[in-house]
Amino acid sequence: MDQANLHNPEYETMPRDELEQLQIERLQSTLNRVYRNVAFYGTAFDAHGVNLERLKDMSALRELPFTTKEDLQRSYPYDMFALPLRDIVRIHTTSGTTGKPIVVGYTQNDLRDWRQCVARLLTAAGVTEHDVVQIALHYSLFAEGFGFHQGAEEIGASVIPASLATSVGRQIVVMRDFKTTVLISTPSHALNIAAGLAEAQVHPERLFLKLGLFGGERWSERLRGQLEEQLRITAIDTYGPTEVMGPGVAGECHLRQGLHINEDHFIVEIIDPKTLAPVPAGDEGELVLTTISKEGFPLIRYRTGDITRIEPEPCPCGRTFVRVARMMGRTDDLILFQAVGFFPAQIEEILGEFEGTSPYYQIVLDQEGGVETLQIRVEISAQIPQLDEVKALEALQTQVAKRIKSALDVEARVILVEPGSLRQLANGTERVVDRRPG
Amino acid sequence: MLKVLNLEAGYGPLRVLKGISLHVSPGEAVAVIGANGAGKTTLLKTIAGILKARCGEVVFDKRNIHGEPAEKIVARGCCLVPEGRHVFSTMTVRENLLLGAYSRWRKDDSERINASLEQVYNLFGILKARASQLAGTLSGGEQQMLAIGRAIMAGPRLLMMDEPSLGVAPIIVRDIYKTIAALKQEGLTILLVEQNARAALAVADRGYVIETGQIVLQGSSRQLCDNPEVQRAYLGKEYRRIDE
Repeated sequence: MDQANLHNPEYETMPRDELEQLQIERLQSTLNRVYRNVAFYGTAFDAHGVNLERLKDMSALRELPFTTKEDLQRSYPYDMFALPLRDIVRIHTTSGTTGKPIVVGYTQNDLRDWRQCVARLLTAAGVTEHDVVQIALHYSLFAEGFGFHQGAEEIGASVIPASLATSVGRQIVVMRDFKTTVLISTPSHALNIAAGLAEAQVHPERLFLKLGLFGGERWSERLRGQLEEQLRITAIDTYGPTEVMGPGVAGECHLRQGLHINEDHFIVEIIDPKTLAPVPAGDEGELVLTTISKEGFPLIRYRTGDITRIEPEPCPCGRTFVRVARMMGRTDDLILFQAVGFFPAQIEEILGEFEGTSPYYQIVLDQEGGVETLQIRVEISAQIPQLDEVKALEALQTQVAKRIKSALDVEARVILVEPGSLRQLANGTERVVDRRPG
Repeated sequence: MLKVLNLEAGYGPLRVLKGISLHVSPGEAVAVIGANGAGKTTLLKTIAGILKARCGEVVFDKRNIHGEPAEKIVARGCCLVPEGRHVFSTMTVRENLLLGAYSRWRKDDSERINASLEQVYNLFGILKARASQLAGTLSGGEQQMLAIGRAIMAGPRLLMMDEPSLGVAPIIVRDIYKTIAALKQEGLTILLVEQNARAALAVADRGYVIETGQIVLQGSSRQLCDNPEVQRAYLGKEYRRIDE
């Protein structure tokens, strides 16, 4: 296997039996520590009758209680820290868009592990010391900018902390003049940059970009294709909620067939978000993560709220770390319509199969005469002029509706709208409108 | 090379080890640090087969050695240098060393045993100088060297050491740890338990922290030295801070 793509080969290609031994050792010491040091876990383990001495293998993890986002919000600001504040050397928070922010503390060792985890991701994607890495992410209370920054420095790349405080226009000038080869951002901001290129009359060929690493929000394969085409890059998906650590929890290797979890630091489970039972291997469900090396802010069975599935086959890249599929949505995104559940992401993937539609869409749920209705409003693509014909438009609407019916078993009314009319929804805030009473 | 999984052991009704898991890879030096009574000695005794485990696995060289008699475990190449030396004080230094090769008499000819003896004399010049002296007349540090030498005579692939710095003058501790580093350099795999965390972590690649029979921390020696809890409890950092 190609060692050049590995940052910590001794861990990234560790045989599974050795990895499992390492995991159980780290899990046991983490559990012993949180039970003693974090009041929340001491109480929760006692309430669940957990006997830590009985936890002998990974399956025993199921006996432990979950940690939810609400638990973390209730512990605001420092109640979940496993060490006194004087041992904490960095503090980040989540955005707190839904309730109180979650405060996360890192020790020196945590920062070191974090750097290594991000460096692995970057190396796996193909970033090297010869790259110029432009980071267009928040450098603030949030963890993402700093997380990628440290990892890129760790591998010796030249790092430009462009942040999100820099305007799109300035971002593009830096990108062109500083000969940026790697862009790290959110997919939606990258899309803004791509759109800005046209306005700034900078042709992508005049840039030096070759790679983009994106994270922080869910993005479709179609958006990936669009970013790759418009920015002339290979686009790589990364994953890492701030509560768990920040960027570096998981990322795609160059093969881009799922995201490798850094399993020497995190244990993965997939559960059914309703029954909370583990799903059969390879089935979709909620991603649950347990940190096994963090000192400052360890989490046991944290329900991330992200929907994915484990890719059971070993990756041909040679890494032994398990892969999860790209995030398909959030548990709180689940739409229940006429007793059928589906995710907006599934609609998005279907729309991606059709030429003539754009990535901009809106789902409207309503009720007419006691019957639930589902309307899907989709922008038509500006690039396809033959869609001017009414017949062609109608045919497209019918095709999309049929495809949705066959894939998700729901009757949807598909409405095509003018290019640009839904674009402001790109950040996902109003992707779903529910007008149903109650 | 050594894999321990969920090991539980104790004395009578007293439960000392409450589910210990750890591993030692070939060529590694691993330190287990912890306070008095945490279960360090019990851990080594259980691995060595002196004490019977209540449950759990001890895998040495991919073979489950749990339940095997101590002498068989020594013959497999897993040797213990016990705490408090336990040299035979009424025998000479040379006799003590040759006794260490007891398990090899049948297999090995005396030439190879003599080669081991030379190896030990090279490591500890003082033992050669005192070869015909009674072991009981040696100083504490010299006895510790003799105990290590005796274990090496068994031709181990994994050398387990129980508190090699205990009751030894600080200057001798340095000598002993120099020897441990030299043994590691030669490729010997080492599992070391110590209260003297500073010395142990300086020579070890990785370490585990054991408290009341459970592992509460593990990681590379550097990570453990940087861990605030280890610093407070075992490296005396806080204490020095007040002192300074």
